[in-house]
Amino acid sequence: MKKGMLLAAALVAGIMTFSQDRIFTRKGEISFYSKAPLENIEAHNKAAVSVIDKATGQLEFSVLMKGFEFEKALQQEHFNENYVESDKYPKASFKGKMADVSKVKFTTDGSYTVPVSGQLTLHGITKEVTANATIAVKGGLVSGHTEFTIVVDDYKISIPALVKDKIAKTVKITVNANYENMK
Amino acid sequence: MQIKTIASVIILLALQQGLQAQNDLLKGVEDSTPHKQYVTNAFKSSRVINGHSMEMLGAGVLDLRILHRFGPVNQGVSQFFGLDQASMRLGFDYGICKNLTAGIGRTTTNKDIDGFLKYRLIQQAKGPGGWPVSVVLVAGMSIQTYKNLDTSKTISFNERAGYYYQAIVGRKFSERFTLQLSPTLVHRNVVVPADDNDIYALGIGGRFKISRRVAFVADYFYVANGLPHDVGTNPLSIGFDIETGGHVFQLHFSNTSGMNERAFITGTTNKWGKGDIQFGFNLSRVFTIKKKPGFTKAG
Repeated sequence: MKKGMLLAAALVAGIMTFSQDRIFTRKGEISFYSKAPLENIEAHNKAAVSVIDKATGQLEFSVLMKGFEFEKALQQEHFNENYVESDKYPKASFKGKMADVSKVKFTTDGSYTVPVSGQLTLHGITKEVTANATIAVKGGLVSGHTEFTIVVDDYKISIPALVKDKIAKTVKITVNANYENMK
Repeated sequence: MQIKTIASVIILLALQQGLQAQNDLLKGVEDSTPHKQYVTNAFKSSRVINGHSMEMLGAGVLDLRILHRFGPVNQGVSQFFGLDQASMRLGFDYGICKNLTAGIGRTTTNKDIDGFLKYRLIQQAKGPGGWPVSVVLVAGMSIQTYKNLDTSKTISFNERAGYYYQAIVGRKFSERFTLQLSPTLVHRNVVVPADDNDIYALGIGGRFKISRRVAFVADYFYVANGLPHDVGTNPLSIGFDIETGGHVFQLHFSNTSGMNERAFITGTTNKWGKGDIQFGFNLSRVFTIKKKPGFTKAG
């Protein structure tokens, strides 16, 4: 009886510890920017889902491609239908880890820069990506920011010759997220 | 006994640590409830070939449309397989909002000026509360503005005018295949005694996507009470859509040279069986006129 209760208590304690270690958001902002001779294109998605595990430094993002908003309706249509084929590949995701999570003091206010590396899956293709992330802690609340560039061709997103001066070969991606504790 | 218990507890905790670390972090957070998702791009253009498709123009988008129809191919080399005889329609369609499109155009044949309003009542959507089809209503008018060369009589505006009403019901069955039906009524104010003022037709349009940018399209109208059987025929057009950047090229063969509803539904007399087929093409170029309000630029 005692053994069983002890085991149960250990399991519960284990689960409780993990929830407290995680922070998340469903309103992360992911933007991308393409700068080309004839046109600059940018899009914003304000509904990215992200989770950080403060104990292990694991960091994950997931975003719905159809949630990217463009200035021109046509750009949004072509983006979904021809470039990222969002009916086939509805989400893009990132699964990675902070290089050294102990450098980030989640309980002390401040700004911490730490390299994050992991796998970015976009248009059905997965590639290794590394970027510097800035984790800011203010009043106990954690927010993250990072910028990195990707080569469009790496993810088998083909740009037809006719529009090569309107769409850049490398695109800059900016991420901003304000996290809250998991209850 | 006690040490064994403590040891097993520690091992269990450690195992749990390991398992949880490999677990998908996002699983507990991602919104897995199904949401209503509108279906888009059933056709690459707002026309199947001749008839309206279930697709609408985005808000603030202008579509410049240039249509060419040539003469019958079976005329041989002397007429350069029909290319020597060309008729043309120049038109502009504008997306007032995402469910309302307006358009005007002018055709060289009969100097036909036409205009229409197209309203999407229902958009096909997946998920809870979504309709399995799109329903689009079209109302249009055309006026044959050819110069009256017979000075002994006058042709009134009414006599030149015709109207059409259409309800398109269409469904994108898969990424590759779309099918739509369009029951249509064409009303012409003045017709020869043997003809009916009100013509009823059922349009069938379909597209089969071959690659990301190329699709095979077919456009057919079954005219229920058209011209007498040995004179009038049903218009059938078959072709390909090729899309590049903001252009859609539609290359096709057809037995009709009419480029608006009144012309191709009530005025087709060529027969596929006899080889009176014409080559034609539609060129559609879309421009963004009005950008989305409230879009904050960062870069």
